[in-house]
Amino acid sequence: MIAQYEPKPDVMARREQILAGLRLLLPPTGVIGEALRLKPYETDGLAAYRQPPLAVALPETTEQVAAVMAFCHAEGVRVVPRGAGTSLSGGALPMADSVVLGLMRMNNILDINYADRFAVVQAGVTNIGITQAVAERNFFYAPDPSSQLACMIGGNVMMNSGGAHCLRYGVTANNLLGLKIVTVQGEIIEIGGAHCDAAGYDWLGLLTGSEGQLALVTEVTVRILRSPEGQRAMLAAFDGIEVAGRCVDAIISSGIIPVALEFMDRPCIHACEAFAHAGYPMDAEAMLIIEVEGSVAEQDDLLGRIKEICRKFDPISLKVSESVEESLAIWKGRKGAFGAVGRISPDYLCMDGTIPTSQLAFVLRRIAEMSAACGLAVANVFHAGDGNLHPLIMFDANDAASFHAAETFGADILRLCVEVGGCLTGEHGVGVEKRDLMGVQFTEIELDQQRRVKSAFDPDWLLNPSKVFPLKLPAMADLPA
Amino acid sequence: MSENLVAADAEAPDTEAPATEAGLAARIRSAFESGEPLAVCGHGSKAVMLRPVQAAHTVSTRHLSGVSLYSPSELILSAGAGTKVCEIEAILAAQGQHLIAEPPDFSALYGTGGAPTVGGMVAANLAGSRRVAWGATRDHVMGLRAVAGNGEVLRAGGRVLKNVTGLDICKLLTGSHGTLAVLSEVTLKVLPAPERRATLAIVGLDPVRGVAALAAALGSPYAVSGAAYLPAEAAARMPMLAWLGGSVTLARIEDFAPSVVYRTDRLRGELASFGAGEVLDDGATRALWSAIGNVAPLALEPSGDAPEQAVWRVSVRPSAGPAVAAALAAALGARWFMDWGGGLVWIAAPATSAAHAEVARVVAAAGGVWILMRAPDSLRVAVDVIPPEVTALARISRRVKAAFDPKGILNPGRMRAGM
Ligand SMILES: Cc1cc2nc3c(=O)[nH]c(=O)nc-3n(C[C@H](O)[C@H](O)[C@H](O)COP(=O)(O)OP(=O)(O)OC[C@H]3O[C@@H](n4cnc5c(N)ncnc54)[C@H](O)[C@@H]3O)c2cc1C
Repeated sequence: MIAQYEPKPDVMARREQILAGLRLLLPPTGVIGEALRLKPYETDGLAAYRQPPLAVALPETTEQVAAVMAFCHAEGVRVVPRGAGTSLSGGALPMADSVVLGLMRMNNILDINYADRFAVVQAGVTNIGITQAVAERNFFYAPDPSSQLACMIGGNVMMNSGGAHCLRYGVTANNLLGLKIVTVQGEIIEIGGAHCDAAGYDWLGLLTGSEGQLALVTEVTVRILRSPEGQRAMLAAFDGIEVAGRCVDAIISSGIIPVALEFMDRPCIHACEAFAHAGYPMDAEAMLIIEVEGSVAEQDDLLGRIKEICRKFDPISLKVSESVEESLAIWKGRKGAFGAVGRISPDYLCMDGTIPTSQLAFVLRRIAEMSAACGLAVANVFHAGDGNLHPLIMFDANDAASFHAAETFGADILRLCVEVGGCLTGEHGVGVEKRDLMGVQFTEIELDQQRRVKSAFDPDWLLNPSKVFPLKLPAMADLPA
Repeated sequence: MSENLVAADAEAPDTEAPATEAGLAARIRSAFESGEPLAVCGHGSKAVMLRPVQAAHTVSTRHLSGVSLYSPSELILSAGAGTKVCEIEAILAAQGQHLIAEPPDFSALYGTGGAPTVGGMVAANLAGSRRVAWGATRDHVMGLRAVAGNGEVLRAGGRVLKNVTGLDICKLLTGSHGTLAVLSEVTLKVLPAPERRATLAIVGLDPVRGVAALAAALGSPYAVSGAAYLPAEAAARMPMLAWLGGSVTLARIEDFAPSVVYRTDRLRGELASFGAGEVLDDGATRALWSAIGNVAPLALEPSGDAPEQAVWRVSVRPSAGPAVAAALAAALGARWFMDWGGGLVWIAAPATSAAHAEVARVVAAAGGVWILMRAPDSLRVAVDVIPPEVTALARISRRVKAAFDPKGILNPGRMRAGM
């Protein structure tokens, strides 16, 4: 079990009063207190960690969120915000004395404006839900995490989620215009709007990726984009990891930025092919999925240039998708990669470090050596253009020693990422999972600086504590009231 | 321009420019200990932006200069905060790459001589016309080193393209105008520069039709990377547009050469109902958009006895641009033009507090934000140069400021009075 701050005894003792207080603020079905019904909320996408909360609150409006926050603030109750609970870093893991504040009932699309190219949606709208709502006019919302069928825009904002196409379109932070937030005291504030760029401090930028540490998000204004005329993927297979890495460098150095540039190693290719039947090359050590967009002629031109570059690296095969179905199958394999690995191993841990792409070959070699040393298999799938790795470490959760070994292996991979000039997490967030590794990347001075920023929003550390920062009650800086 | 604006041009004699980050940290530490405020600058090219800073001493980052890392295949460049933007642009151009946000150079607008530094570009979160498709500087700052107001050296972000480790202090410091920490080094994402550019120019549309055409262009699948509208008066000031004789609605496309040819043609077809459209070539396109970014269409030559002009940068939802411009033209006789598909309105009008109040009122009613970009000191001290924040946010602002700069010694008053 992962350590969290001690539950507050006075809060635990007042459980019934707190539930009663919440029931005054929310519709009858909006408050959950029964042990059995708390169960679905005790974990998130990092299922190795579990902790039932004190209660779950499911508001339906921003005003209800504000009322719950004001109440919890007055009562000194910790709050853990939750979207769909797909966090892979334990970001939505409850604390025993916390109220889980779930945004899933706030799932309405409030406004779509094609002329000004934005949509206003509530925090509980799913990522794919936005794109579906604007697809009839050939628009889309660009960040596309593999979990997009389930994960919610509020969670995406708080994790600054990426996706397969962020090489071209950026991550969540680059696709937002405004937020409606609720402070820990229960105040409602509009940040940004339908226009670009704040005049004062960039609150939108600071809140994005803040992992529920600073405020609740109830509404999000996102940029929507016109879909390209078309897109097409190709597969390039190589008999070595290093040569595939060099090919990635060569493509980017040539001035072409494909919309997607994804990398899979042999174990991952095999796992995904078994599930997606996408025609992945089973004899390859490494495979690239490269996608371009534009008119058919533009696609041909770009794919032609890319194929020419690939040929310099002795590919085993180069295959351009011939149809929409084939492209979909290629992406089905990639987007289902985590699930596919889940089918060949009872459990897996998904790492998320980023490295400078020049270190790719070295890091993959080191990961293979570590894997051999600790006896746990690993499959690699990642965003090659930006160096965001996703080693999937396979283990058996019923075996405590196996889980422990997997955690240690994972931590070693992340240390390696930082050592070569990268970072602990490229898109999944720190959560509880990487909290205790923060000292590998940041000095204590830097962590204290970040803690002071949290304190500026949340002076009593009621919002999602035990996450992101190594456990240490912050030396309360004397910030002005 | 008035005396005091020109005066800010000359480097203050008591400006200190430490040669190292450690030297900068020591200087700030001593200011922290004595509680003496510091004005912060690079080469001072934006010294007259926002509010005047009340500080006896100025610290400059101009000697923290030089590119320390450039890896074209990783799309990453790091440089000392005092490195000139033009130097970085030259280094990138040699590898066929560029700064994504197309940072403008406001030295003509401000009448200042100093070359803009990359630290200033980040501190002011600059963005040119490409903002509308590719983001502002904030979107491409991958890492920063900075010295906080207590002299502590901080690193934020890193040197990789994807990083969500901890709070995004890069975004917070970007655009904070040196009021939280003094930047010592910045790491930017860069991209390949386009092989070719072209601009479709439609002549004679009124502002509402012009913005509708730009909305159609930006809502097309042709990756339009610049979308501006110049009324006839502004277009007449631009040598590359004057011959068109009328207002111009401009859409830029940048990409590989065959794509530019194809997309420009398609776009012209798609916008045919707005007018025939002329296509400007690569060279004209470069000159044109650089001038638009640098606010040349408002260029304010010293003009004898005419009342001094102030300049506001207004950001609204694009479709609101024409109404904001029309209201301010009617009320103040403002001159203006629009970029970002109508979402960025540059306004020039008499530098009076009444005019300022009118700009603030009209823009707030349209749901947008404004920055008083240029005005005499007397106006800049007298008014809010950016919109005030609601009470709850103002409290958070003060606390965040104190979290970085506990004694309030860095650029006091630059963004807001008393902060
Ligand atoms: C199979 C699978 C594939 C994935 N693929 C990707 C991928 O490709 N790219 C990627 O980036 N991520 C990926 N993820 C991770 C995850 O889906 C993202 O982090 C996602 O954004 C989380 O959204 P959520 O709604 O599930 O949020 P949750 O998991 O419920 O919460 C995430 C964090 O945000 C906080 N939070 C949630 N909503 C709010 C709110 N409204 N206000 C304040 N705080 C809030 C929570 O407290 C928590 O800290 C994947 C996960 C899975 C399981």
